[in-house]
Amino acid sequence: MADQAMKSLGSVLARQGILVAFILFMVSFTLWNPRFIDIDNVFGVIRSSAILGIMALGVTFVVIGGNLDLSVGSMLSFSAIVVLDLHENPAFGPALAIPAMFAMTLCLGAINGFLIGYLRLNSLIVTLGMLSAIHGLTLTYSGGQNMDIANQNETWFDVFGRGEALGIPVPVLIFLLLAAFLGIVLAKTPFGRKVYAVGGNGTAATFSGIPRARVVFMTYLISAFCVATAGLIQASRTMGAQNTVGQGMELEVLAAVILGGASLLGGSGTIFKTVIGVLILGFIQNGLLLAGLEFYVQFVVTWIIIILAVWLDIATKRGKLWSPIA
Amino acid sequence: MQNETLKRLIKNGAIWAFIVIQLVFFEVAGRWWSLSDSAFMDLDNMLLLLKQSAPIGIIAIGMTVVMINGNIDLSVGATYALAGIVMLDSMNWPFMEAMGDAAIPLAWLFALFTGAILGLINGVIVWKTGVDAFIVTLGAMLGYRGLVFMYNGENPTYHLNWTMVDFAEADILGLQTPALVFIAVVLIVWLMMTRTVHGRNAYAIGDNREAAVNAGIRVGPHIVVNFVLIGFLAALSAVAFYSGSGSVNPNDGMLFELWAITAVVLGGTKLAGGRGSIIGTLGGVIAIQLLRKGLGHIGADTETVNLVIGTILIAVLFLDRQLNRKGAEELKV
Repeated sequence: MADQAMKSLGSVLARQGILVAFILFMVSFTLWNPRFIDIDNVFGVIRSSAILGIMALGVTFVVIGGNLDLSVGSMLSFSAIVVLDLHENPAFGPALAIPAMFAMTLCLGAINGFLIGYLRLNSLIVTLGMLSAIHGLTLTYSGGQNMDIANQNETWFDVFGRGEALGIPVPVLIFLLLAAFLGIVLAKTPFGRKVYAVGGNGTAATFSGIPRARVVFMTYLISAFCVATAGLIQASRTMGAQNTVGQGMELEVLAAVILGGASLLGGSGTIFKTVIGVLILGFIQNGLLLAGLEFYVQFVVTWIIIILAVWLDIATKRGKLWSPIA
Repeated sequence: MQNETLKRLIKNGAIWAFIVIQLVFFEVAGRWWSLSDSAFMDLDNMLLLLKQSAPIGIIAIGMTVVMINGNIDLSVGATYALAGIVMLDSMNWPFMEAMGDAAIPLAWLFALFTGAILGLINGVIVWKTGVDAFIVTLGAMLGYRGLVFMYNGENPTYHLNWTMVDFAEADILGLQTPALVFIAVVLIVWLMMTRTVHGRNAYAIGDNREAAVNAGIRVGPHIVVNFVLIGFLAALSAVAFYSGSGSVNPNDGMLFELWAITAVVLGGTKLAGGRGSIIGTLGGVIAIQLLRKGLGHIGADTETVNLVIGTILIAVLFLDRQLNRKGAEELKV
């Protein structure tokens, strides 16, 4: 009886290891410093993780579909710069700038999706190329200048980054709503199941009549949509942006997704776990800051946690702690 | 049969043909459109090009070996910065200052040792845990960058030693030290990959790891050696560069990994492993640097460089796929 209980506990640990680790982490930090779980602090953490989190939602689709997206960082810079520039353009104004920016960012996502889905090129290299190309595009667009909103008091544009609704900061609200929506799309719709099928075994999916190319294409559109949303929040929060605002974020986003337990081979992962991955990164950063450590200590901690998380995941799957490689 | 030979010729020669086209284009464009007063194919200009491509180039050579192995290393940029910081900071330690100029080789050794250790850590983790190298080095990229910041906060680390600067700017036949180091690394690693058992094993493991294990190759230690090599080369790149500049910013080396991978892929190395060449990577490195310089030469904005390189990378991937297509029997989806 006790044996069985241990066994089922073990399998829960294996399946929900990251959640268990998250709870343990939260409890121990709260015991150490009760301010950690303070509602303001929690909202603060989610708010500062919202941009990364929204990008991670889209990348989760791409990764489950068996691909990578390294272009999201450059794309974030692009969308933030474009929306700010169009906002300042009298012909557009904020009401038109936002849809125009979404359309342009979705075009970039469509290029990714076309090259990787329909032409079946390697996603790592394509999105690496796009990282560079979109960065160049952004610099050409802005002429290397930073973008700022001149009359910050005469626009409602700041609502996305700084506003509050029902006592919840708008970025948090957008993050949670988008997570809920995409979570349902991934888990409960035929499209979501197709994404898993394509990522799990592309050839088998093709033979089952799943339009592999179109599904991959869609995952990149979703990723671009999420990036555009994140770019809007970024631009709105700071009311200005540098050309390099998203630089390096692609790998942090990927780290959050992997931490959530999505396999780079595709076919596994969930939106909920990605959100947990994002929150873990956010709360670690916050906890270390509350502990009085410098912000960059979190990089080292993140490194250790990512490797431990993926290692434990692999180890439970193969039933052995150490790799069998000679 | 002849078709095969032709294909191979096209594929191996493509990067060099591309370089020649670039040279001619920038030369002609510079003259005809009178966009530039100076000649592009100037000897000094070309020698300078080799020096400027050294930092990424040295790392790209190591990346080639790791990628032929079927792995990847995303942490090289952070390793580069950390090695640079160790080198310059160690010169400020009291016992090192007391040694005067004799401390310089010691500082270099410290830096190279740092790089090798960081590579060793990656390699051992990849070997022992079986976690994919992409994830291990992605984590290490964050972790090592964290170490860089922990070392000296957000402040730059600097130490100016004129003997060291003189050494870095010394030249033989017009080639300055970084360029010479780059050429030496290309030669040595090329010999290693083509003439030694280790090199042949690297291809074998990348091509089919299972078969390599069955053939009795000790895959784990082999992989570790290659990670130590790339860590060492990232540090060597830092030594060659920072000896001359004397100042490291904690953000230095960011995106180096991506530039190095771009050069390696342009040079024809396969991501899946098993295929690739050091000489091809040399071509890739030169092609990228030539593009940067050339666009500047004809007065294009430096911003367009990123756009052009990204587009070329994707185009190369597409062309490569077309050349490699195994005919009509391939599953069309």
